Amino acid sequence: MTTAQSMITIAVVVLGTMLTRFLPFLIFPEGKTPPRYITYLGTVLPYAVIGLLVVYCLKDAVFSSFHGLPELLAIVCIVVLHKWKRNTLLSIGVGTVIYMVLVQFIF
Amino acid sequence: MKTKAFKAALPHTLPICIGFLFLGMSYGFLMRSKGFSFVYPMLMSFFIFAGSMEFVTVNLLLSAFNPLYAFFLTLMVNARHLFYGLSMLERYQNVGWKKLYLIFGMCDESFTINYTVLPPLGVDRGWFMFFVTMLNQIYWVSGATLGALLGYVIHFDTTGIEFVMTALFVVMFIEQWEKTEHHRSALIGVGCTLLCLLLFGSEKFILPAMALIILCFTLDRKKTDKEEK
Repeated sequence: MTTAQSMITIAVVVLGTMLTRFLPFLIFPEGKTPPRYITYLGTVLPYAVIGLLVVYCLKDAVFSSFHGLPELLAIVCIVVLHKWKRNTLLSIGVGTVIYMVLVQFIF
Repeated sequence: MKTKAFKAALPHTLPICIGFLFLGMSYGFLMRSKGFSFVYPMLMSFFIFAGSMEFVTVNLLLSAFNPLYAFFLTLMVNARHLFYGLSMLERYQNVGWKKLYLIFGMCDESFTINYTVLPPLGVDRGWFMFFVTMLNQIYWVSGATLGALLGYVIHFDTTGIEFVMTALFVVMFIEQWEKTEHHRSALIGVGCTLLCLLLFGSEKFILPAMALIILCFTLDRKKTDKEEK
């Protein structure tokens, strides 16, 4: 990607993000109630999107030579650690280090 | 008036401070390890100011140029803001020019504080929400910039460091999973995306996955509506 292309990509992401933030205020200025379908999507989508993002992160691992085995091992560690300690930053930090050790020294 | 609001807002943001510094730093460090100047994470964390999407943007910048895809992915990842906005329609009223900034900076954490915490009596609501939003943004941008700057001085084999994004989403997934008894939404998300990944391959699966997710929810809602009637 050239610098110009990077700039455009970033601008598009900013635009999209701002659209999601400003849209409700633009469509429903004062006291108008939004349609139920929209509020419904607003309640269910966040749960689905995190699932989508997890799969998105693993998209290349699935088709790689180990079919995502190091990723799977690291994720299992994160789940166990998170259930046990309930500390978001600890889980993310340790999970990442475990993965880095796995791909650098074992796989 | 402002000092009072600032003093009321600060304690609510301190727990966020630690998290944002840590995550922001890992984001900045990740960007640097992929060869970007610290200016990138600094400006991106300021203007995008949506953590998950910033991590995803690292990937976008490293793959082939496709602005349309980037746009739809952004809409989907940030769709939750629509819901935040709808919840804040009334609360952001009558705060003057600050409203624009409050909407611009409405990240998950600022929303949560501004939605759940009512400022104590005698504290201006508009300024309280303004300082909550501003402090959180300062933490995040500082973290991202600092992390990238650290990347210039600390050198080690960073192979696999991009897994920090996966780890972040896995933890968010667990947190959300345990917050509700209905796992249908989460399962629809994982199921549709996995199916599309296998069907369309890793280059082209996101847009169909998003369409399929929305379709599932629409059908699901029609079904439950009928059952209720």
